[in-house]
Amino acid sequence: MNTYTEHTAPTPEIYSLKNVSRVFGKGKDELQVLSGVDLSLHEGEIVGMLGRSGSGKSTLLRIIAGLIQPSSGEVRYNGSPLTGPAEGVAMVFQTFALFPWLTVLENVEAGLQALQVERKASRKRALAAIDLIGLDGFENAYPRELSGGMRQRVGFARGLVVNPTLLLMDEPFSALDVLTAETLRNDLLDLWSGKQLPIKSILIVTHNIEEAVLMCDRILVLSSNPGRVVAEIKVPFPHPRNRLDPTFRQMVDDIYALMTDRRSADASTGKPELKMSSPLPEVSTNLMAGLIETLAAEPYNGHAGLPTVAERRLLEVDDLFPVAEILEHLGFAELKGADITLTDAGKLFADYGTQERKTLFAEHLVRHVPLAARIRQVLLERNGHRAPRVRFEQELEDSLTEAFVEKTLESVVAWGRYAEIFSYDDHTETFSLDDVEGSM
Amino acid sequence: MNKVFRHYIPATTLRLLPNRWDLVAMPLVIGFLLFFSIGARETWAPIATLQSEVISLDPANLPEYAMRTTLRMLAAMVAALIFTLLYGTLAAKSRRAEKLLVPVLDILQSVPVLGYISFTVTFFLLLFPGRVLGAEFAAIFAIFTSQAWNMTFSFYQSLRMLPLDLQEVSTNLRLSGWQKFWKLDVPFAMPGLVWNMMMSMSGGWFFVVASEAITVGDKTITLPGVGSYLALAIQHKDLHAVGYVILAMIAVILVYDQFLFRPLVAWADKFRMETTASQGAAPQSWVLNLIQRTRLIQRILRPITRTISRIGNMRLNLPRGPLNVLPPSSPATSRVIDWVWGSLIALMTAYALYHIVRYVGTEVTLAEVGHVFVLGSITLLRVAGLILVASLIWVPLGVMIGLRPRLAEKIQPLAQFLAAFPANLLFPVFVIVILHYKLNPDIWLSPLIVLGTQWYILFNVIAGASAFPNDFKEAAANFRIRGWLWWRKVMLPGIFPYYVTGAITASGGAWNASIVSEFVSWGQDKVVAHGLGAYIAETTAAGDFPKIALGVVVMSIFVVAFNRLVWRPMYAMAENKLRLN
Repeated sequence: MNTYTEHTAPTPEIYSLKNVSRVFGKGKDELQVLSGVDLSLHEGEIVGMLGRSGSGKSTLLRIIAGLIQPSSGEVRYNGSPLTGPAEGVAMVFQTFALFPWLTVLENVEAGLQALQVERKASRKRALAAIDLIGLDGFENAYPRELSGGMRQRVGFARGLVVNPTLLLMDEPFSALDVLTAETLRNDLLDLWSGKQLPIKSILIVTHNIEEAVLMCDRILVLSSNPGRVVAEIKVPFPHPRNRLDPTFRQMVDDIYALMTDRRSADASTGKPELKMSSPLPEVSTNLMAGLIETLAAEPYNGHAGLPTVAERRLLEVDDLFPVAEILEHLGFAELKGADITLTDAGKLFADYGTQERKTLFAEHLVRHVPLAARIRQVLLERNGHRAPRVRFEQELEDSLTEAFVEKTLESVVAWGRYAEIFSYDDHTETFSLDDVEGSM
Repeated sequence: MNKVFRHYIPATTLRLLPNRWDLVAMPLVIGFLLFFSIGARETWAPIATLQSEVISLDPANLPEYAMRTTLRMLAAMVAALIFTLLYGTLAAKSRRAEKLLVPVLDILQSVPVLGYISFTVTFFLLLFPGRVLGAEFAAIFAIFTSQAWNMTFSFYQSLRMLPLDLQEVSTNLRLSGWQKFWKLDVPFAMPGLVWNMMMSMSGGWFFVVASEAITVGDKTITLPGVGSYLALAIQHKDLHAVGYVILAMIAVILVYDQFLFRPLVAWADKFRMETTASQGAAPQSWVLNLIQRTRLIQRILRPITRTISRIGNMRLNLPRGPLNVLPPSSPATSRVIDWVWGSLIALMTAYALYHIVRYVGTEVTLAEVGHVFVLGSITLLRVAGLILVASLIWVPLGVMIGLRPRLAEKIQPLAQFLAAFPANLLFPVFVIVILHYKLNPDIWLSPLIVLGTQWYILFNVIAGASAFPNDFKEAAANFRIRGWLWWRKVMLPGIFPYYVTGAITASGGAWNASIVSEFVSWGQDKVVAHGLGAYIAETTAAGDFPKIALGVVVMSIFVVAFNRLVWRPMYAMAENKLRLN
């Protein structure tokens, strides 16, 4: 049951993935999530997997855990091909994934029961793990009585108690508040550095660049659509690391730049031009206006580095990039590396009042987002100026999956409503030009 | 009593299903019922007269009768629970089984329980010829059918909605299928299951009363119990006895509620998924508190709980058995199996359909079918009309009660009690009045249809009004929205989802009730209204099986159509447009 002792042979490589791809769905709805991923995990290292949403990093983690099978490619665990859930690989979840009807102790024991560990031994090991992770005194509490940080500690204890070879962590700190997350990170690093953990290697999936640089020995950067490894960065700093160290900051900035660079961030399209069938991100006009105003104001005066903005505004990469990108598409900003600059139109927008903003936004929307232009045009051409939603759904479905069609239409409806270039009735699912020129 | 304001949604109302599967399920279900009863009818005659115990109207016997009735309920519930765990698991875990099992369940819950009681009685008597046991099983089966479908749907839906992260962690921890069933599947489904169990149970009292004394053709079966006591009291025109039986029933329901369901509901609360601590008051039960705090009881219970948890912890399958790993794509062979499975179901359906038509056709003419549909329409009119009347009364009252928390706290348990109380115990009172004043039964028997089920509307509306967000109330007051505008724009949309839930349950119960309430008696006097319920009741009394089958089929069609065309769209609207969160 304990692979820990079985593999003392000098094979530092625990995992190797070769040319791993994964496709979800079939036919028209096929979605390539991972494409040709190669990676290996070695003993004694913490590896980080960084990527924006849609980069398939969680899928990759589940392939390693044996929860999902790859569509093609090879996964070798301790030298032999992996089929089914991997033994000796424990997982920690973003949502903690604790059974709410089991106490802390019972939750930790659950994995041991699956291994048929004898009752007394199981109790002893569970208590030891609870001790190690700083949960003593909470053995008989139910998860709902605990704070988020304490819950995730239970998640760690449950993972560690089975003496795994590899600990997989899926955004383990992102559901926690900033201070709690920091404490938990440090505690984990202390245990790791003090060699108190039975594990040989840790793999962390995250979209938090600082977290990756703080914790990992090696960082893999994944692109989106489909996900593939675009960069591998060794982090040479010794623990404990100082976030304020200039070399630390420099590395964070470099990775930001790398992830903002469209060629590495998004493998599908390199061009900033939107097409009729381009999927549109769900970004509200409020967020766009908010970012434009922030950039236009002091201290940026129209020009800023995205990492700085993200830090000041307490935003994650995943929140900020789509906004910046759609501003670029609309011609309100320009992106270069990790830097964003407002265009003249963007500056004008910042200065304008509500009505003028809407007019300017409408102009840019029709010019730069072909789908918005098409809807407007169809409505103008038709008698009665109405068109059912299905008409555009069908047009988009030729090139997009159903989920993307849904999202894209939702975005264009929201933007079109703000710009007052058309209106949309959700009950009847029709677009029209009713009330468009009105003051509503 | 404790406050139970939780929004109760019968599991059966939550689902939406492609209609074409009903076409398959309907003939299968009816055909299955027929197959057993045809065989049974042929052997009906040779059976010696059934040995049934003599019922006495002495009130001293009532505690024993009440006990027997209660035990029947309990037996049925255990059976329904086992059925639920097996059927629900199979339907949720096997894609192919699901295709057949779910529509079959959907139809089963639309077939009026009291309609096919004659079939099941015949079948069980055949299983245990000449013994009371057969009749016992028939009664238990009738209660079982009134409980099982709702519970099974609830369990099946819970299994379909298992949180992905808990599923993944179970796989990652390498729990076996058996372990996962007890660690994840059952606990996750528990709160919904207990609620549906409780609600099914409250419906069940109605059926136990109706099924303990039943006449099919020339055979009358009476089982010692509350129901047969009532039947005898009616036969003897003994109003005192009717009073006693009502009192006995009140006592039984209260005991059941306090000693079984309150503790169960309070206990099941720990299986709630919300991981945040107490949102509102958690359900409490003094019995449960007593059990949990008394050391002696704990000590007695410990070996039992320990054994149960040990059984749950066994692996019970090959340690390296295939745990549910998602395959990347399904190969062509699986499609062939799908196709074979699909055609097999189609063949079975065609076969069942052929037999139903042939069987019913032996005695029934097309004119009769038309006549039955007309009767169905009359009953439909009655059900729809009375649900409307009940709504007009209870919605405003429910809102007023629900907006006063103190009052709601007192009224809510009462409404729940009234919903559980078998209304058929009160029928004699109405019958006496109708006979005395020579009232038109077509009109005056109608209220009996919703006598027992109207309370579902009341307590759901109370729950809705109590749950109505305070912000909205304050906003309405702030903008001085009053009077009719307040009802139309504020309150009615706010309670609509709750109302629809209550009305669906009420209307489902009303169809069932029509079978006993359109055809009632007092001594030798019979009061009959025109309608499909009376048709089924009369043909059952006459033991005319093809006609009973016709009646049941037609009523099922009406129920399914009514659900599909009225309730589902309303429910979908409530879900999509009028949700408050």
